[in-house]
Amino acid sequence: MESLDLPLIWAGMICFSVFAYVVLDGFDLGVGILSPVLAPGQERDQAINSIAPFWDGNETWLVMGGGGLLAVFPLAYAIILPATYPLMIAMLLGLVFRGAAFEFRWRDPAHQPLWDLVITVGSTVAALAQGITIGAILQGIEVENNAYAGGWLDWLSPFSVLTGIAVVIGYALLGATWLIRKTEGGCQRHAHRLAYRFGIATVAALIAVSLATPFLNHEYWRRWFEMPQVLLTAQVPLLVVLCTGVFFWSLRKGHELLPFLMALALFLLGFVGLCISIFPHMIPPSITLWEAAAPRDSQLFLLVGAVFIIPVILAYTGWAYWVFRGKVGTEGYH
Amino acid sequence: MFEHLDAVFLARVQFAFTVSFHFIFPAFSIGLASYLMVLEGLWLKTGRGVYANLYRYWLKIFAVGFGMGVVSGIVLSYQFGTNWSEFSHKAGPVIGPLMGYEVITAFFLEAGFLGVMLFGINKVGKRLHFFATCMVALGTVVSAFWILSVNSWMQTPTGFEINDQGQFIVGDSWWDVIFNPSFPYRLVHTVTAAYLTTAFAVGGVGAWHLLRDRNNIGARKMFSMAMWMAVIVTPVQIFVGDLHGLNTLEHQPAKVLAMEGDFDPSPDGAPLILFGIPDEDAATVHYKVAIPKLGSLILKHDPNAPLPGLTDFPREDWPPVAVVFWSFRVMVAIGFAMLALGGWSLIARRRKRLYASRALHRAAVCMGPAGFVAVIAGWVTTEVGRQPFTVYGLMRTVESASPLDAPAVAASLIAFIVVYTAVFGMGIYYLLRLMGHPPSPGESEPDKVPFHAAGITPASSLAPASSGQGGNAHGKS
Repeated sequence: MESLDLPLIWAGMICFSVFAYVVLDGFDLGVGILSPVLAPGQERDQAINSIAPFWDGNETWLVMGGGGLLAVFPLAYAIILPATYPLMIAMLLGLVFRGAAFEFRWRDPAHQPLWDLVITVGSTVAALAQGITIGAILQGIEVENNAYAGGWLDWLSPFSVLTGIAVVIGYALLGATWLIRKTEGGCQRHAHRLAYRFGIATVAALIAVSLATPFLNHEYWRRWFEMPQVLLTAQVPLLVVLCTGVFFWSLRKGHELLPFLMALALFLLGFVGLCISIFPHMIPPSITLWEAAAPRDSQLFLLVGAVFIIPVILAYTGWAYWVFRGKVGTEGYH
Repeated sequence: MFEHLDAVFLARVQFAFTVSFHFIFPAFSIGLASYLMVLEGLWLKTGRGVYANLYRYWLKIFAVGFGMGVVSGIVLSYQFGTNWSEFSHKAGPVIGPLMGYEVITAFFLEAGFLGVMLFGINKVGKRLHFFATCMVALGTVVSAFWILSVNSWMQTPTGFEINDQGQFIVGDSWWDVIFNPSFPYRLVHTVTAAYLTTAFAVGGVGAWHLLRDRNNIGARKMFSMAMWMAVIVTPVQIFVGDLHGLNTLEHQPAKVLAMEGDFDPSPDGAPLILFGIPDEDAATVHYKVAIPKLGSLILKHDPNAPLPGLTDFPREDWPPVAVVFWSFRVMVAIGFAMLALGGWSLIARRRKRLYASRALHRAAVCMGPAGFVAVIAGWVTTEVGRQPFTVYGLMRTVESASPLDAPAVAASLIAFIVVYTAVFGMGIYYLLRLMGHPPSPGESEPDKVPFHAAGITPASSLAPASSGQGGNAHGKS
């Protein structure tokens, strides 16, 4: 027990939480982002019905991530949140708005167009804020004496705006491929066209971010391009090329599940790339994950509960997706 | 006023606003979850349809309220970091894991049992469904356990050490952190408050429908159950509140003195100030109406026991006296109004006029929201009374805030107020509309909303009326 590198284990768990959130909430935010281009009425109802059973369960991973960060990396929590203050507030408000709009959409049919607009705006704002936050962390945060030392707009830069837009596009791709899987008829054909376009846009965004990242600071350059680890890091772009190929092939062949899986794989590769860039830091350029970690006692105490409960939650989530498998239809799950 | 509008003050206002808004919903959920458990238990035991109908009626309302609690809770889980980063960094190692357990508990509950509860009894069978209801009720209380442990630790910190970074870290055992001196009192007082809040809300809804139709079986049943709760639980709550006050006097004397308005020490027995205008600058209460010796009698159980005054403490350690003084009086006044209504209902019941006395019903409707006002007043009392500290006696509020500029905090505060008013205004309107429908024997019309798999904001998942729910309501599924 003494030999366990708890901060590393917890960093892995937080990464898992964040990635689970991105994977799960990504597609339903994506459907929200896409909703204005879907025809009102049947097409849009189908799309929003397809995420209705899942969106709120997906969102809980965000609470897990935040709660976990406070408990085991309090320093990171205390620096990142003030550093990205307006983004965090915007994201939270976007999610609150969107969650409420989901509920009222069906209960208040008279104002459905308004609620749909709220869903779109809330989803887009939340996605954009998350993407810009990733960029802000990558480009580094100014820290003095274990506290954030910058202004309240330091996060804003061309690079962070780029990552913000990239995440919005990527979520839209996840949303489109999800719709291919879950809908039929006109809605599916429309989703198919959207997936093709957003597939191209996502790959372009991924390339742009990947090209820009090593120029942010020399550390990243070294981590990616020095021998011998270049042999390892080079696998990431190679896999991206492979997944992209499979993605477009499966779209053309009319597969229903494979495009969604490939879109997830692209996200996973982007996420791995992000981790390669940052590791071993928690907050580039100055604070490593061991420096940000809470004392051992705190980490161990929460680990006991997490190890027991997270598998249960995963099992339940899987079961829920199983129950609601198959096509959605226009009526939704009643 | 405006010289106080710095970033810290604005952050405090923001926290007060978001936490008060949030707390309305859990207070209701904790009580309602237990009420649903009782209803379903009674239905399974007696097979009487009225319980099944009431269960379905309140389940719809529970689902919406629970959902709004979670949505507003997400905001709070990030607010510590955005507005109180120094506090998060310093106290995170102690309170973080406890809050982590709260999240895990709530998550576990949503992901599992609430979904089952809302899938409907036809899909999972009676036993599993009742078990799910019990687990949801238990889960809400467990969630309250963790979050109140955190709050109590901030009020009466024990079991910690301070490391070289100035962080609070756990000392010998987590047990000492979790079960800190004020925790048992606060937990019982708060959960009881949640039960009372729900009882009066249910009673108010029942009375509302009785005023329209005296013979509505569902309305009669819920009104009767709520009034029994009022009769039995209100005196218990007043008693628990008194014990909690004594505990606070022991650990946070300045808070109690602010509640009482005792600026000057009373060496031979303190009065009880009923009314007055506290004036912090002059350190006195103007126009006061007081009962001699009663303050000491309540707080020390001896009319002549000496009590200190706020002037015994350094000025910079005083909480804002006026706020605490008034919020405490609001809470106590509502407590006694609840006691009065309970007594009235008991007399009406004895005279067989419980369902006939329109005056009683009108009073009960007026008292419907009373619990919510009381819990918020209670929170204001305890939280503002903790000032000027976040961790009592150890970490000041001014040292806890994030390094933010006032305009940033002001902008986010305005955004929160606008969004919350719009979103939760709609939500509360919808809840009131649900409550405005009378409970009916065919309480099974589903809203035209899809199911949720993990019910944070689940739709009422009642099967269509045509599917034999009516038969189900009479205990044969």
